[in-house]
This record gives sequence, structure tokens and C-alpha cells, in this order.
Amino acid sequence: MAENTTFNFKEIQGRKEHLAPGHRMCAGCGGTIAVRNVLKALHPGDKAVVGNATGCLEVSSFMYPYTAYEDSYIHNAFENAGATLSGVETAYKALKKRGRLDKTYKFITFGGDGGTYDIGLQSLSGAMERGHDMVYVCYDNGAYMNTGIQRSSATPMFADTTTTPTGIQSNGKPQARKDLASIMAAHNIPYVAQTTFIGNMKDLYTKSERAIYTPGAAFLNICAPCPRGWRYDAPDIIQICRMAVETCYWPLFEVVEGKWILNYAPKRKLPIEEFLKLQGRFKHLFKPGNEYLIEAFQAEVDRRWEELLKRCEA
Amino acid sequence: MGYKERMSGNEAVAFAMKQINPDVMPAFPITPSTELPQFVSTYIANGQMDTEFIPVESEHSSMSAAIGAEAAGARTMTATSSCGLAFMWEVLYVAASNRLPIAMAVVNRALSGPININAEHSDSMGARDSGWLQIYAETNQEAYDNFVQAYRIAEHPDVMLPIMICQDGFITSHAVENIELMEDEKVKSFVGEYTPEHYLLNPKESMSVGPYANSPYCMEAKRAQAQAMMNAKQVILDVAKEFEEISGRSYGLFEEYQLEDADIAIVAIGSACGTIKDSVDELRKKGVRAGLLKVRVFRPFPGEEMAEALRGCKAVAIMDRCESYSSQGGPLGAELMAAMYRAGVTAPAINMIYGLSGRDVTTDMIDGVYERLARIAEEGAKPEDHYTYLGLRE
Repeated sequence: MAENTTFNFKEIQGRKEHLAPGHRMCAGCGGTIAVRNVLKALHPGDKAVVGNATGCLEVSSFMYPYTAYEDSYIHNAFENAGATLSGVETAYKALKKRGRLDKTYKFITFGGDGGTYDIGLQSLSGAMERGHDMVYVCYDNGAYMNTGIQRSSATPMFADTTTTPTGIQSNGKPQARKDLASIMAAHNIPYVAQTTFIGNMKDLYTKSERAIYTPGAAFLNICAPCPRGWRYDAPDIIQICRMAVETCYWPLFEVVEGKWILNYAPKRKLPIEEFLKLQGRFKHLFKPGNEYLIEAFQAEVDRRWEELLKRCEA
Repeated sequence: MGYKERMSGNEAVAFAMKQINPDVMPAFPITPSTELPQFVSTYIANGQMDTEFIPVESEHSSMSAAIGAEAAGARTMTATSSCGLAFMWEVLYVAASNRLPIAMAVVNRALSGPININAEHSDSMGARDSGWLQIYAETNQEAYDNFVQAYRIAEHPDVMLPIMICQDGFITSHAVENIELMEDEKVKSFVGEYTPEHYLLNPKESMSVGPYANSPYCMEAKRAQAQAMMNAKQVILDVAKEFEEISGRSYGLFEEYQLEDADIAIVAIGSACGTIKDSVDELRKKGVRAGLLKVRVFRPFPGEEMAEALRGCKAVAIMDRCESYSSQGGPLGAELMAAMYRAGVTAPAINMIYGLSGRDVTTDMIDGVYERLARIAEEGAKPEDHYTYLGLRE
């Protein structure tokens, strides 16, 4: 896990909620857990403007005339969360420079994998490359969940989605997922990290705090399971996240000023079945005769894990 | 009252931008508006203005960042043309519905395809229903004057809508003409400081912008937005009056050129009006009662007022520098004829498409239009008169 000597679980969980209860997100939704915990990393008293791409989170947390956000919040459209918050952050610089604002604000925007990996990639890339002092948080649930579980470039190989349905001619999504954290690291921004919901959320907290308080552009990729799309019982989310990490499907790492750091290496890397079998979207992989699909999935996980180890050793 | 200079239309608008010195400008280059972010960047580099410039990676991000900046409480501007404006299309509506008074310099250019960089109104006409105010210019002077007035109109509490200040690509944007500029202090005090009522970076209150709204609320929001557009008409006139007091130059919703007693009239937008005025002058010398109605404000659409101004005419040609592919004419034709019908103005009105993709408009062509109008005034319009092209090669 990422190093942090000041982590105090009780103090942090006792901080005020930035996302008020009463929003309409599903039980067992990873997106909500991501938002609550990332915003808990704001130091008490610090102000923030929260951005949001169109998606489940937006339509369920800011339904006129109600908002679940205690901080200032802006939703613009699906593909432009990066650009929108870059405008807010620049306005902050202008108002500060001209003596019209003396408070300190932080800028944090959330997008699902649709708004981040796919339709919003250009806007995200531009905002990161320009080096705005902001954090872009992707809550990656691996499909377009808001429109009803269509595949995205973050969808894992062989997942059953509504645009890559399994059938006699189809084993689900043919392609492996895009490695967005690497793409963001290639922007040479000061901080990139990948995390998920593990244990007492220390890894998530530590990385969120670092992302928020590192000057310049930061990117956080959070594996945030979706009970509807992944087909699991709501309480299983923590076990799924644990298996994502223990199988090395979703490694925990940071890229700090260009240096790759592995935050956790399982003592015994578990076979990928331990992650896949918990989810209805992979059910077809366990049919007799489909063992080769699991082997292919495992090979891809292994290849990426080895590549990551090399990057972190270098 | 001001001082004389020689400037292109882009230089003139950039000069107004420097004088106003807004808080934030995101922009992405596209011909023929590219010079605007270039001039602004140079002014900033030389310490002549201190706007925060965001060199975005696309026009979609340009308007998206403008929305973020304006919502955050910063006076924001941008500039674009043609495909750049089309690329912004989705978020133009977001800017207007969030009631963000962003000012955008639009240098009108044809939309693709074929790809073409010259003057046409298809870009801003394509955005005519996006909820933005639209003001058009005939000359560099007007483009400058309109930009100076832009924030006063857009930021007015009865309006709070974004505004496009349009001029014709190359014809005015790149042609150098005489211009009268105002002193910096005069412009600054006319435009004033931006003090929004609600904004994201207000330490006294948090604010959420850009909700999901269901049917119990959406229609009322849109009706309120429509009201703001209706309110804008009076605000535009009030601001023009104040502007006249400091500049000596008078503006309305449209200009009537020899229209009062005109039998035959052309209605047009933008730089072609200069050519039309030349024709009118020559015809008047020959005793022909020709006139021009030059549209300055297209949004809000001053239909009632324009119909009234045309009431005495015996034939009217409405000229569109834009196709709408409706199979019956262009957008100005459609809207003005609807307004004339509602007002009971029964002069035969024809719709002509002209100057597409920078096609030249000459006084000879315009003389031909007036000749045709004279015939229609005598004999009435034939079906083949209703929707025609001017200056099309046979």
C-alpha cells in the first residue's frame, strides 16, 4: 500500500461527508464509494469545486432541485469534464491574481470510464497536458453503465455487455482493456495512481490526498465495480476489489514525477478465476470447453503484470 | 471622441478585447478567426493585458472551459469560425441554458463541405437556435463597437445569456479600413466590472451548476430562458443609447438605409450591405426609390419591428448568405416572412441565396436584384421568383 504515516482511519472516516445522503445511486455502487472517499481526503476546512462528466453519478446526485454536493459542483456534458474543470481552475487563477478571491480551492473532477477512457479522452488529455492544478478521478466500472452496460475501452476481455453480448458466435468483448493509467503517465504529469477499495481504504485515501495536494495535474484511476453491470450481490463488492488486486488484474501503483512505484505485490498471485467467478458477466467462461478463454485472460493479466514489474524496477 | 486608426476587423475586435481585459480566454485557432487568440496572446506576452489564456486542444474544449470559467465567476471570452463553431454546438446550448454571459467573437466562414475558408453565415446561422444572442457587423467599426457593447448586454440581470459578435470572414476580418477607437479608460468604464450574483468560487455559498432536470422543471427553465431572450431587445437598445453618448455612433436592432419611402427593398446581413448601399445611392440618383434594411441583431429576432419597417414597400428581397436546405430558402427569409405574415405586411417577398463560400457580391448583381424587385412591384412575384440564387454560374 502507498506510504503514509498520518493515516488515522477513525479521524478520516469521522470527517464531514462531502456527498450528502439522499442521492439516487444504487446500493453496492463503487462510484459512490469512490466519490465519498476521495473527497474525504480534502483537509478539513479546505474548499473545492467538484466537476463531473455525464453519467450515473451525475444524473443520480444532482437532480434538480436537489444536489448531494456540499461543495461547489459543475456538470457540463459527457466528454468535457477535463476541459470544464480546467476552465474553473483558470478562473480561480484569474480571480486570485486580480485580488477578487482570497480563499484556497482545490479542483477535483469525476468521470466514469465512458467519459474518461473514450468520449472524454481528448478533453482529459488536453487538461492534463496543460498542467492545470486539478485532479481527474476516473471511477472505472468497465462499461457504459448509465446507458445500460455497453462495452467501453475499459471493459475487460470476454465481458458480456449489451453491445458485446455472448452468443453462439460471441464470447463477449473480443478486445482487452485499454491501459489508461499508462497513457496518463505518458503525459509526464506529476502524479498518476491506480487504486481500488481495499481494507480500510488507506490506499485510496493516501492516493487521493497526494493527488489533491500535489501541485499540477494529477490522475487517479479507481476500479469501482457496478452491481448491475458486473452482476454481483451488493455486499460482494469488497471481495471483488480484493480479488482484482490479489489476482493482479488491478495492480495498485503510483507514478510519481515519472517514477513507477508498485504499492502492493501479493505474496501468492491468485489465479484470475478468483476474480472472474464472482461476476455474472463472466459466467460463460466457466462453461465446459471454454477453458481456453480463461487461459487467454490469464495470459493477458500475466503479461501486463510482468510489464508493470519491469517499469517499477527500472 | 476617440481617435482615428487603420485596422482589420480582427485587429479591431482584438483591440476591444485588450481594452476590456476579461478574466479568462480559452481558444483554439481556426481560419479566419485565428488572429484573435494570436493578438490576445501577444498582448499578454507584452504585458498589455493580463487575461488568463487557455490554449485548449479543440473548440469543444474551448467552449467547455469557457463554461467552467464563467460559471466559476470569471468574465470569459473566446473566438471561433465555421467548423470550430459547429464543434462547439452541443455546449453552446449548455452555456445558454446555464445563463452564462460569455462573449464570443465569431468570424463567419462557410461550414464544410466542400471545405472552404471564406465568408458565409452558415456557421452562426447553424447556431441560431442555441440560445445565444447574435449581433452582426457590416464593417470593422461595427465589429469593434459591437464587442465593446457585448458584455453590457449579456451580463444584464434581465438577460444573462451568452453573446456572439459576428463579422464576415476575410471581407471585414482581414481587410484594413479606417476606424475610430475609443480611449481605454472610456471602454473600461463603459463595460464595468463583472459582479455575478451566484458563482462556483463564491466563498460565502456553494453552488451546483448543470443539473439533471426532469419534466416537472425543464419546461419552466426553457421558458425563463426564452423570456431572457425577449428581454434582451430592450437591453440592446438601452446599451446602444448609452454607447452613442460616449462614441457618437448610433445603433439599433437594424439599420434602415433609405428605407422610409422605399418602394423596393433588400434585407441583408453583414458586409454585403456596403455594396447594397452603393447600389441604393446610384438608384436614388436615377429617382428609383430603393432601400435597404440591414439586420444587426438576429437573436433576439426583431421580426415585429422589421416587418413594420417594410410595411410601405411594394417588393422585398430577403438575402441569405447561407443555405438551410429546407428547399425553400434561407433562415433570414423564413423568419422574416413569418414575421411579415403575422404583422399583415403583404408586400411580395422573395428569398435569395448569395455570396456562399465567399462568392463575390458586386453592385451589378445588386442592381439586378433591384430591377427584379421593380418588376415584381409592378407585376407581382412569379413562383420562380420565390427562392433563387444570386451570382450562380450557369
